[in-house]
Amino acid sequence: MSVAAVQARNASKQYPGARGVQALSGITTEIPAGRFVSILGPSGCGKSTFLRCVAGLENITGGELLVNGSEVQGPPDGVGMVFQRDALLEWRNIRKNILLPVEFAKKRPQDYTDKVNHLLDLVGLSDFGHSYPRELSGGMRQRAAICRALVDDPSLLLMDEPFGALDAFTRDQMNFELQRIWMETKNTVLFVTHGISEAVYLGDVVMVFSPRPGRLMETITIDLPRPRPLSVRETPEFGRYTAHIRSLFEEMGLIKEGA
Amino acid sequence: MKSALNNLGMGAAGTLSLIIVFIIWEVLCRVLHVRDIMLPLPSQIFVELWADLPWYLSHSLYTLWTTLAGFVLSVVGGVLIAIGLVGSRLFERFLYPLIIGFNSVPKVALAPLFVVWLGTGAEPKIAIAFLIAVFAIIVDTVHGLRSVPADVTDLGRVLRGSAWDFFFKVKLPCALPSMVAGMKVAMSLALVGAIVGEFVSSQRGLGYIIMSAQGTFDTVRVFAALFILAVMGLALYGLLAWLEKKATPWRQVHSD
Repeated sequence: MSVAAVQARNASKQYPGARGVQALSGITTEIPAGRFVSILGPSGCGKSTFLRCVAGLENITGGELLVNGSEVQGPPDGVGMVFQRDALLEWRNIRKNILLPVEFAKKRPQDYTDKVNHLLDLVGLSDFGHSYPRELSGGMRQRAAICRALVDDPSLLLMDEPFGALDAFTRDQMNFELQRIWMETKNTVLFVTHGISEAVYLGDVVMVFSPRPGRLMETITIDLPRPRPLSVRETPEFGRYTAHIRSLFEEMGLIKEGA
Repeated sequence: MKSALNNLGMGAAGTLSLIIVFIIWEVLCRVLHVRDIMLPLPSQIFVELWADLPWYLSHSLYTLWTTLAGFVLSVVGGVLIAIGLVGSRLFERFLYPLIIGFNSVPKVALAPLFVVWLGTGAEPKIAIAFLIAVFAIIVDTVHGLRSVPADVTDLGRVLRGSAWDFFFKVKLPCALPSMVAGMKVAMSLALVGAIVGEFVSSQRGLGYIIMSAQGTFDTVRVFAALFILAVMGLALYGLLAWLEKKATPWRQVHSD
């Protein structure tokens, strides 16, 4: 068995200063390569912080955090990242936005023409390669951002609430498409969300975080066959997973019903 | 009629307003018997301009040249200083207070000094134009370079590109709209600087025309020079607006 894509041993993060928040506490997990992992929790639970630590954008202050077997010190090799707001560059057309990682890696953009065509086709943006980002809708922009993250075949794809700013319909559509894309690329995905249904629908595994300090409460394996149609969310099996997660949040006192 | 007026472009509508203002001005001056020395008639101004057109043009070109030279220097110098300020904490800590402090000195008050230092040629005018204009460039470029969104900065770090790539492919284009806004301000300030320089000491330029004409109470001539200055300021601003459009094609498209 090869090394885990991401491995955390008792990883914690304490922000500096007297009133520094304990953002992560005792995170221990092992994510095998090729897994789609949803990281679920309410806001302020440290799920984004965990993702940023994996991306090398922030440092853990205790324990160990390894990506592809080596300790994270600055952004690791072969990581693609998708942000909540697409972070597209307004002055580059979609094609050139997607090619940014290639340029930054000092590789020849010409060698990636087919790859970009394929990605654009995969997300239904074939006709928009030469459009500027502001000509596209929010959902289309986020699709382009996903293409940009995938263009150089990252082994690890990090997604920080990528569909959080989209409306419900677009969000459903994007969930379905992301699954389809992932089934083709099969890279390891860490997908941060605060939507229970989204987390269960997309994940092989759902890591449930609790807030203040960010702790890993439970890791739930989602045993639903793929490809999962959107209607899988109305099945009893799906309902059992979401009900269980909801009960976890109720235990944490995050969801209260009635008076 | 109303729809025809609505369809006029900014330029055409502005010209129309200007003509109306001139007509009202002309009529009022004639009806109220305003003396030429106080306020000349628009028609007198145009006759004066037309009669001595080559003379006015040569002085205008001189002012235009000192303005543009001061402006270009302020863009080059201002952008470089701004890059230094944003790029180095040390540079910022020591230089920014100095720049802010220096900016609070009215630069116009320094104009006589420049004559002492640089003589009575074009150099002191260019220097004053530069000095007045450069702060707008510095402030807006610093603002622009700092306006890179946090997630775009994060993206740059995750992609592990060189600092060079990040600067030229992300930071600078990000700062461009703000820089152009600074240039628009700097252009009119450079014109102010050039005129002030000519007020202090000159044998050439529109500022010189104004100073010498007011010495002989030739108000018509003063207004002729003012008219050219207004046209020049407008044209320079228009040029920058046009350049802005050309340099930022992505801002011309609209989402539907």
